[in-house]
Amino acid sequence: MKKKKIASLSVRGFNRPVNFVFNIVIALFAISCVLPFLFVLAISLTKESALQQFGYSFWPREWSFYAYTFLFDQMKDKMLQSLFVTVLVTVLGTAINSTATSLYAYAISRNNFPFRRFFTIFCLITMLFSPGMIANYLVMTNLLQLKDTIWALILPMAVSPFNIIVMRTFFKRSVPDSIIESARIDGASELRIFTQIVLPLAVPGIATISLFAALGYWNDWFNALLYISNDKLIPLQYLLMKVQNNLQFLIQNAGAGSQIAGGLAALPGESARMAIVIISTLPIAISYPFFQRYFVKGLTIGGVKE
Amino acid sequence: MKKFFRNIWRYKALIIMALPGAIWMIFFFYIPVFANVVAFKDFHIDPDGFLASLTNSPWVGFKNFEFLFSSGAAFDITRNTVLYNVGFITLNLIISIAFAIIMSELRNKKLVKVYQTMSLLPYFLSWVVISYFVYAFLAPGNKGIFNQMIMHNGGMPVNWYQEPKYWVFIILFIGVWKGIGYNSIIYFATVMGINPTYYEAAMVDGATKWQQIKNITIPQVVPLMTILTILAVGNIFRADFGLFYNVPRQSGALTPVTQVLDTYIYNGLANTGDLGMATAAALYQSVVGFILLMITNFFARRLDSDSALF
Repeated sequence: MKKKKIASLSVRGFNRPVNFVFNIVIALFAISCVLPFLFVLAISLTKESALQQFGYSFWPREWSFYAYTFLFDQMKDKMLQSLFVTVLVTVLGTAINSTATSLYAYAISRNNFPFRRFFTIFCLITMLFSPGMIANYLVMTNLLQLKDTIWALILPMAVSPFNIIVMRTFFKRSVPDSIIESARIDGASELRIFTQIVLPLAVPGIATISLFAALGYWNDWFNALLYISNDKLIPLQYLLMKVQNNLQFLIQNAGAGSQIAGGLAALPGESARMAIVIISTLPIAISYPFFQRYFVKGLTIGGVKE
Repeated sequence: MKKFFRNIWRYKALIIMALPGAIWMIFFFYIPVFANVVAFKDFHIDPDGFLASLTNSPWVGFKNFEFLFSSGAAFDITRNTVLYNVGFITLNLIISIAFAIIMSELRNKKLVKVYQTMSLLPYFLSWVVISYFVYAFLAPGNKGIFNQMIMHNGGMPVNWYQEPKYWVFIILFIGVWKGIGYNSIIYFATVMGINPTYYEAAMVDGATKWQQIKNITIPQVVPLMTILTILAVGNIFRADFGLFYNVPRQSGALTPVTQVLDTYIYNGLANTGDLGMATAAALYQSVVGFILLMITNFFARRLDSDSALF
C-alpha cells in the first residue's frame, strides 16, 4: 500500500482553495501598498515632454534621468540644506527623546522611589487630552520665543509620554529588582546602576522607542509649517509640501549663477517634483523592513497591561 | 514634612532623572493647558511677552464660544469630524481584525511576512508624500491615471479636486489604507498568541473554520478591541490633521466635505489670526474629547474590568 506523504501537520490554516483565494486578496492589498511608490518612481524617470503630452503612466513612455540630474546640478544646495536640517533634527531629536524618556521611565519603574506615583500620574495626565494646537503655538512663540529656530523642530516631539509608559513596563520586565538591590548593597550610586547594569539590559526597548522617535522626526512637516519661515531651516518633508504645486519655490534663489537652459519652460516640473518625493522617502522605504520587528515588538509590549 | 525633604535629598538621583521629561511636560502640556484661558479672552499678542499678552487682553467670557457656535460653521465642522471618525473607527476595526485573522490562517508563513512588510510601507510615509500619490491618480486633465482610464473608455475627465461628492469615500479609503498594516500588527500578535489547544479541541468537536474564528479567535481579541476603541472614541473630536490638510491640497471647493476641527483651528491660527476663536475651538475639542474618554472608559469598565484603561 502506497503511503501518502503528509506535507505538514498544521492544526491551523485554511483548506487549500480558500487559502488560495485569500492569498490573492491579501497579495493584491499588499501590492496596492507598494504600487504608488513605484508609480511615483516611474513618473520621476519619465521624460518631461512625454508627461506633458500623455500624462502620468505606470511605466515610463520615454525614459529620462533628467529630473535627477537637474535636481543634482541646479538644486543641489537647497536640497542638501533640507537634507541637512532633517538629518540634524532627527539625530538630535532622537537622542534627546530616548534619553529623556528612558531616564524618566527608569525613575518611575523603581518601586522604592517615593515620588513614583506622583511622576507616573504627572505623565499619565498628559496622555488624556491634548492642550491644543493654539496653546502649544502660543507657548512656543510667545513664551519660549523659539519661532524660526531649530529648537522649534526638535522640542515639540522631544518627549513622548506614551513611550515613557512603554519603557516603564519594559524596565519592570527585563530588569529584576534583585539585581538592582544587590548593586545598591554593594554601594553603587544610582547613576552607576543605571548606566552599567540597567542600560545594557534595556537596549532593545531603547532601540524601539528610538526608531519610533526617528520616524516621527524624519516625517515631520507640521512643526515646520507652524514655526519656520527661514529658508535655511526647511526640513525635507516641508520642502516637499512647498514644491507641491509648482517647482517655483525650489527655483527661487537656486545656486549662485545657475542659468537654466531654455528658461522656465524647459524645467522638468512634474518629474522633478516626483524625484524629490523619491529622494526624501527612499531612506525610510529601504530601511524600514530591517526595523520592522522592533516596531512590532514595541507595539505589542505597549498593548499589554502590567 | 521633614520626611518629604529628606526623601528629596535621598532620592535626588532619581528625581534628576525624571526632571528633563517633567520639565518638558510642564512646558508642552501643563502650561499650554493653562494657556487655553485665551479662549476666554479677546487675545492680542503683546510684545512684552507671554504673561503680558495674557493679562493685557480683555476678558470676554464665553463670547468666543457663542460666536463659534452661532456661525453654524461649528456644527458642520464637528459633524464632519465626528462622522469621519466614526467611519474610521468602524472600518479600521473590521478591516484590521479581518486582515489579522486572515493572515494568521494563511498557510505559507513566509509569504505572510512579506505581506506584512509590504502592507507597512504606507504607515512609514508622511501624508505629504501620500498626497503626491493621490495626486498621481487624481490629477486633472489627462495627467492623472484615473482620468486617463476614464478618457480611454470614452468618458469625460473628472476634475477630482473640485468635486466634493467623491471625497468622503476618497478620504475614508486613503485613511484606512494607510493604517491597515500598522493597525493589524497588534491584532495579529494577539491572534498568534492564542493557545492552539483551543483550536485542536474545537476541531475534534467538528467545528468549521468560521465557527472556530467566531468562538475562539474573536473573543480573545475583544479586550484589545475594547481598549483601542475606547482610545479612538476619546479622540473622536480629533482628526488626523495630515490627512485633511494635505490630501485635498487645500482645494477651496472641497472644504464643506474636508474641513474638520483641526483644519479649522489651523486656519484660525494661520489665516484669520483670530486666536481667541481658534483657541475656543481647540478647547471645545479637548474638553469634549476628555469627557467622551471618561464615559467610554466607564462603560468599558462596567462590561469587563480588564478592558478598561483605568
